[in-house]
Amino acid sequence: MDAAPVIEVVGVTAGYADTPVLRDLTVRIAPGRVTTIVGGSGCGKSTLLKVIVGLLRPWTGTVRVRGLDLFALEEDERDEALSRIGLLFQQGAMLNSVTVAENVALPLLEHTALPRAVIREVVRLKLELVGLADAAQKLPSELSGGMRKRAALARAIALDPDLLLCDEPSAGLDPQTAADLDRLILRLKETFQMTVVVVTHEIASIETIADDLVMLAPGGRLAFTGSLAQAKASPIPDVQDFFARRTRAAPAETRPLLDFLEGRA
Amino acid sequence: MADETPVIEVSGPLDRRTVPAHHEAARTLLASLKPGDALRLDLSRVTAMDGAGAAWCRVLQDQVVRRGATLSLHAASPQARDALSVFRVRLEPPPAPVPTPGRLERVGDSAVRASQAAIEFLSLAADTLFFAVQGLFRRDRRRVRGSAVVEQMVRIGLESLGIVALISLLVGLTVALQSAYQLRQFGANIYIANLVGVAMTREMGPLMTAILLAGRSGASIAAETATMVITEEVDALKTMGIHPVRFLVVPRFWGITITQPLLTVISDALGILGGFLIAVTYLQLGVTSFLDQLIGALQVKDIATGLVKSVSFAWIIVFVASHRGFRVHGGAEGVGLATTASVVQSIFMVIAADAFFSLLFYFGD
Repeated sequence: MDAAPVIEVVGVTAGYADTPVLRDLTVRIAPGRVTTIVGGSGCGKSTLLKVIVGLLRPWTGTVRVRGLDLFALEEDERDEALSRIGLLFQQGAMLNSVTVAENVALPLLEHTALPRAVIREVVRLKLELVGLADAAQKLPSELSGGMRKRAALARAIALDPDLLLCDEPSAGLDPQTAADLDRLILRLKETFQMTVVVVTHEIASIETIADDLVMLAPGGRLAFTGSLAQAKASPIPDVQDFFARRTRAAPAETRPLLDFLEGRA
Repeated sequence: MADETPVIEVSGPLDRRTVPAHHEAARTLLASLKPGDALRLDLSRVTAMDGAGAAWCRVLQDQVVRRGATLSLHAASPQARDALSVFRVRLEPPPAPVPTPGRLERVGDSAVRASQAAIEFLSLAADTLFFAVQGLFRRDRRRVRGSAVVEQMVRIGLESLGIVALISLLVGLTVALQSAYQLRQFGANIYIANLVGVAMTREMGPLMTAILLAGRSGASIAAETATMVITEEVDALKTMGIHPVRFLVVPRFWGITITQPLLTVISDALGILGGFLIAVTYLQLGVTSFLDQLIGALQVKDIATGLVKSVSFAWIIVFVASHRGFRVHGGAEGVGLATTASVVQSIFMVIAADAFFSLLFYFGD
């Protein structure tokens, strides 16, 4: 954790309309490591990714990616910075009107001067990497959910970004494909010193890929940040419960309903 | 001899920024290659390589092989070796390309697809007519459900009434105004009644109603059906033993078959009203002389012709829209495409059928 952080989120409060989702959040993500972000649904994990890539402007606080504030950059600099970030959306977010191959080629056409033949070959290599070489000419709507996600990953790594953000990459995948994806993420990290941020719920996946862990608490506050080993040894109850897959005692206001349901009323 | 084999040397980073320059630089060397040459690729001084770099190595090899020469990897730095292995690039002959279908095959393919679509269309029409007539004589679950038909009549007929009436009035006004100018020159003002009456009942009434319904009701039938196919509702009906044509198309069929002639009559009336307004204001014709002339000019056959047309246009609209809806593929954007295709195709077929009818009635007299 000595090197300068790739992503620096300092004192960020952000949300939609009037509702804050993240509250005074400070997170630093180290280069060349895999950081997993965990927390219950509605904690603001996806919102944190949106804030990092500049899709959502924080209300207060600053976000810096490689020392740059995406909101303060000129358009060209911003596009250049974004071309070095790959984002895998939760639902894939493939463009539905063009084929899978054209989806993956899109960032290459926009951000590079590569010859067409090379672009075609990059697309083929990336699709092969995610195991979708045969689906290149299909439309995204003709793929299953898991295939669409893998195709979206191929698009996210089309430009070999040095920062890859994944929103629940293994949700909806079968265990084997999910494990393949974990291995792929590890190889990308090791070979290209890629920094990877993964939002996930899968403990097995976290055990395999995570170097660091960021845990968000309900209400969008930080519950824990540190290495995986530190997390496992942490005395914080939320973190312990997460690894033990325990649920906390229900909050007081829901007790009567539970009592009622269990016949204690 | 071994030293004479040409070498492509790359030093520094080989990534998406530097590949275009290397590609350009290799071009002259590639152009001078002769069949049988053995080219070597030296990557020992590559400091960094990404997917674009790895892809370029493959492309280079393809191009060398295409010229009858060979490319071998002479040396590679650890970075280059890592990148090539991550992207599983082995510098070996590429797999034979999948042959793309030739022009003749594509023409054949589309002919086969078109004929399949035509057969599907005809069998949908036959199914609909069968279930629609059979349902009238059944008392069991296969009967035509009156409530569903009434619902469709309201949606197709009643909700289109306003727009059909307004457009017909405007068309009547326009036709009368354009021809009044001509008729005036010959002092043939009174014939405006014949002209508007016959034009509206035989042509404009049925046609305008059909075009409006194709755009309004046809589009909604196509979109509804397509959405039900995409969301697997149609499959659900089938597994419940309910024929989708009987359940979905038949009520729409009866709904449009009943309401379209009614709308056409209203359209005829409003169009003639438009002509009447022009006649009494612009041409200063008397109210009674217009009406006398109109009644004298119109024959039952004119109105009947229009109604026969309107029923056949209704069937075109409901068959085309349902057919396009059932044929949908893809997701949400497939629904949009099916709807657009349905409107375009049904308007085209309505106008083609109108031309056919005009010839039939003209020579059939």
